[in-house]
Amino acid sequence: MSKSILGLFLDPNHAADAMDGLKESGFERGTFDVLTGTPYPEGAFGEYVPQHRLFRFPAFGAIIGFTVSLFLTTATQLAYPLVTGGKPILSIFAMLIIMYEMTMLSAVIFSVIGIIFESRLPNIKPGIYDPRITEGYIGVVITVEDEDLNKAQKVIENSGSEEIKVV
Amino acid sequence: MQQRDNQNRLSQEYTNRVLLNGTLSTPRWWYPLVSVLLFFVVIGFILFGIQIKYGLGVTGLNRPVYWGLYITTFVFWVGISHAGIMISAILRITQAEWRRPVTRAAEILTIFSLATALVFPLIHAGRTWRIVYWLIPYDAARGIWPNIRSPLFMDPIAISTYLTGSTLFLFVALIPDLAVLRDRTTGFRKGFYTILALGWRGNPRQWKMQVVGGILLSALMLPIFVSVHSIVSWDFAVTPAVEGWHSTIFAPYFVIGAVHSGVSAVVTMMALMRWGWGWNDFIRPEHFDALARLLTVVATAWLGFTFLELLFALYGLDAPEIALREMQIFQYPWNLLFLTFLLTGYILPVPMWLFKRVRTNIALMFWSSILVNIGMWLERFLIIVPGLARKSPFVFTWEAYSPSWFEWYVLFWSFCWVTLLMLLFSRVFPLVPLFEQKESEVFSDSIKIGRATVPTIFREEEEEEED
Repeated sequence: MSKSILGLFLDPNHAADAMDGLKESGFERGTFDVLTGTPYPEGAFGEYVPQHRLFRFPAFGAIIGFTVSLFLTTATQLAYPLVTGGKPILSIFAMLIIMYEMTMLSAVIFSVIGIIFESRLPNIKPGIYDPRITEGYIGVVITVEDEDLNKAQKVIENSGSEEIKVV
Repeated sequence: MQQRDNQNRLSQEYTNRVLLNGTLSTPRWWYPLVSVLLFFVVIGFILFGIQIKYGLGVTGLNRPVYWGLYITTFVFWVGISHAGIMISAILRITQAEWRRPVTRAAEILTIFSLATALVFPLIHAGRTWRIVYWLIPYDAARGIWPNIRSPLFMDPIAISTYLTGSTLFLFVALIPDLAVLRDRTTGFRKGFYTILALGWRGNPRQWKMQVVGGILLSALMLPIFVSVHSIVSWDFAVTPAVEGWHSTIFAPYFVIGAVHSGVSAVVTMMALMRWGWGWNDFIRPEHFDALARLLTVVATAWLGFTFLELLFALYGLDAPEIALREMQIFQYPWNLLFLTFLLTGYILPVPMWLFKRVRTNIALMFWSSILVNIGMWLERFLIIVPGLARKSPFVFTWEAYSPSWFEWYVLFWSFCWVTLLMLLFSRVFPLVPLFEQKESEVFSDSIKIGRATVPTIFREEEEEEED
């Protein structure tokens, strides 16, 4: 059975030591993570930050928005073909404005979906956690099998953790 | 935990405690103020009902002045809404450190002022329910669809896009702060924040998405921000029949004016937040200083556009246009309004902001920002009304426009309404972004250069993204 350990640190250096220690003890990357109440510079804890594909979302959203708006603006004018001053039914410049807004709107909506998806939210079972993390403590969390529990706990303890929780 | 560490940085516990003092507890002034505002807001709704019953006859609107105080106030609130993206997006992209305590309030101001602006065309329409004919394909049997060629249709599309985008932008940036609230509440409130926080833990992946996503959304919102007030300006600029409206520079003129009034409104709000919630450690004189410097540049650019607009109008020596400008600038009562507009919009506040002593004096910044918005409201009034109020050939019904007390009350109502919404928001969500503030503390330090100790901000190197 697997268990989760959460070590709470006040000093970022100690948290970074714990992360290094876990890596050196042979725990696989992705089984341990660091939790903070504020963004730290990337790599401050020697943590693994996976690649993301966020920028595909707005591009996809923009294509959808553009296509829908092109259809909508064309179809509404053709559905009620009101000739004004002998000019063509399709008023391209007016269409462009609405298409622009709808393309941007769709890009924004898909970006937000992308941010939430790439943040792996909503997270229904967030796992081991401590409210003090949003108060300045740094959490180092690892999920291990029973036989590795002591080894992981010792690494975190030796790195100078203030408190350890096991669930 | 101590309030400040040995490097003079505020502790996260202190940041949470102070910045959530309006959310986790109720300031003493909150209930009396909300009650008074609620009273005025309810009266406004009653008057709105009366207007629906008796029609637009209760206003001063009549031919030829069919757009008056309601539309002026609509443009004014759309202008105020430009605060959010100006502060939040532009300053985020340019990594201006001083934006941090201001972003959330500016974004909220954007949302509530836009929502309020959207109400004004409804009020102005008189028969409000008929708005549906304007925006929605209401009668499939007759095959009538909204006229996409009309700026009056483009306008709600642009504003809705801006409102939706700004709301989503706000929500994304709120998630880490919702987790702070989740960790500090119990019972029903904890359940509420737990749902909204979506299970946020604060791991590096989530923080990276906050930072990258924030910049991405800022970059996407900027073109929308520019388009919104441009399209609002086209409500007027594409109308060749009204002198003073048909101008090619209206789009950038409106956008820069909106930034001027929006950023001034943020200054007003920051002063009120500092006084109301006692956030002296977070909203500091240097923030007002930075905003005043920004406003000086924006206001001067805006003044340039104001004169360009006059110059282009007079360049053609078109008799009706000259007559309009003569009336707008020299005839009573327009001349008084024009003078007040110039004095309050530029001549009084901007020279004041040239002095550091004024820029770091919060009371003076508060009053000068109020002056700007008086001027900016008058600017919209002077653009919209005189062109319609001037007697034109073949106009058989003509009279000048004098807003009724009804319209003045609705203008007053809009300020009460926006303030009420902001105060209600402040009881549920933090007005200053906690994580941005904490991030600033992580990245701040001080270094010794010779005998001087200089405060510094560290910045991460941007890495190439590999997709």
